[in-house]
Amino acid sequence: MLEIIDIHKTFNAGTINEKRALQGVSLHLKPGDFVTVIGGNGAGKSTLMNSVSGAYPVDEGKILIDGVDVTHLPEHKRAQYIGRVFQDPMMGTAATMQIEENLALAARRGKIRTLRTGITKKERALYKEQLATLGLGLEERMTAKVGLLSGGQRQALTLLMAALQKPKLLLLDEHTAALDPKTAAKVLETTQRIVERDNLTTLMITHNMRDAITYGNRLIMMYDGRIVVDVSGEEKKKLTVEQLLALFSKASGSDEVNDKLLLS
Amino acid sequence: MERLMNFGSALPGVLSLGLIWGVMAIGLYITYKILELSDLTVDGSFCTGGAVCIVMMAMGQPTWLAMVCAFLAGMLTGAVTGFLHTTCKIPAILAGILTQLGLWTINMIIMGIEKGELISTLTIPARNSKPLVSALFLSTALDGTKPIYLYPPIVLVVITACIIGILYWFFGTERGASIRATGANEHMARAQGINTNANKMIGLMLANGLVALSGSLFAQYNGNSEINMGRGAIVIGLAAIIIGDVLFGKLFKNFALKLLAVSLGAIVYYLVIQAVLTLLQVDSQYLKLMSAAIVAIFLTVPNLGGHGFKKHKKEVPVCSK
Repeated sequence: MLEIIDIHKTFNAGTINEKRALQGVSLHLKPGDFVTVIGGNGAGKSTLMNSVSGAYPVDEGKILIDGVDVTHLPEHKRAQYIGRVFQDPMMGTAATMQIEENLALAARRGKIRTLRTGITKKERALYKEQLATLGLGLEERMTAKVGLLSGGQRQALTLLMAALQKPKLLLLDEHTAALDPKTAAKVLETTQRIVERDNLTTLMITHNMRDAITYGNRLIMMYDGRIVVDVSGEEKKKLTVEQLLALFSKASGSDEVNDKLLLS
Repeated sequence: MERLMNFGSALPGVLSLGLIWGVMAIGLYITYKILELSDLTVDGSFCTGGAVCIVMMAMGQPTWLAMVCAFLAGMLTGAVTGFLHTTCKIPAILAGILTQLGLWTINMIIMGIEKGELISTLTIPARNSKPLVSALFLSTALDGTKPIYLYPPIVLVVITACIIGILYWFFGTERGASIRATGANEHMARAQGINTNANKMIGLMLANGLVALSGSLFAQYNGNSEINMGRGAIVIGLAAIIIGDVLFGKLFKNFALKLLAVSLGAIVYYLVIQAVLTLLQVDSQYLKLMSAAIVAIFLTVPNLGGHGFKKHKKEVPVCSK
């Protein structure tokens, strides 16, 4: 479903601030794969995500989604294949617009925006139903401005929006990092439910090793712009945090990075 | 007492001018409030509208066609700014200034198109002109020389209502909603597959089309187009938006009403200016300074908290219930 072939990305090339964020990353996701991504600060997780979403172009390599080469497609055109939830709860929704308007915008992802009415009666009924599944009572506040919602509510709404028009790929960029633990758990639960319901191919960055082990059928760890650990299936199910740390220090060839990873 | 009489007799004219500038301010609202872009093209495109309209009327073209062309010309100026901003990646404020500066010459070329030279003022020839609005009709429509439906405030209220109606419809469509999303949150818009550059282009074109339409009304009203007629337009437009928001923001939540507030803001602005000019008998040379001061004050007031400090941006709590 997603095929990343040897991508490279360097920021500020040729300057003193040169940062080789991705140094030859290749990754192949089968339909329905739920892959969790971990790694310390500056490992290249977010750069990988942003390269796939098209937020910025890669220097080298290819990215294919469901067989379509999207390497040179601008961000808004790639969006027809990709659903996204950001780390910052403010980023995924339009605060000054109503809940139902946000959903209507998401429902038209990948379609040409015409002069037809922006939201129909039929849609409203559908959104009400969908919002009810979140269990946050948002279905009673459809015309409320999204800016009035809490961070957790906004992330849940963004998730719903990402899945409204079934994406070929769901990108979750530390989408629970800015939430308190209780809310984060709730949003993760919702994530799991939506991913399973629609059988979505998912790439989820997380800073939490336990979540990385609990969720998904495959786990990759990044270090210094490369994928250094890649476990899936039965092997992943049996994985413990200690084993993960051991794997990491072996891959990176150093013990001190343990702290770096834990602290991040 | 005499001053008060003068003020009273000036009211229909003030109302007319307020409504005309209100149309411009509604255009500015699209860029400034909806797209959150500061578009300085307007000082130039306002005059472009007037120039195109008067030139066509002078050539004997029907008034409605002259106004349609003024609107289209305005859209073209918006497209130039849009191109500089989205394709050339020039900051919006600078892109607008560049277009505005270039338009200074373009506007003189337009006005001088018949004679083939640059002209800075063009008057409608009396014989073949049928302006839709004119300061002259203020008296002639009332004494029966002209039909009453040509009374400028009536004509302008109808025009304003039509514009508000059309914009209300447009910003409720799929495309219109995606333009609002572009202004509200570009990240979100792109993630939802919205071409933000195209939308900024559409917004800038629509806005400057309305500004030029307003310019064409202003030129007809005065009976001429003049190269400086748009100078300071952006300040008047901002004043209208801000005054409208301060006075009616709490009351008007609906989008159409918000646009109405902008138009009312423009009228209030002209009332204040007229009051200062006739009641306080301030020299009209002080007008620009006063305008700037009024806008500065109205921009400052909403930022003042209880203790004179800037209000902190409302923080959204990061936990759910």
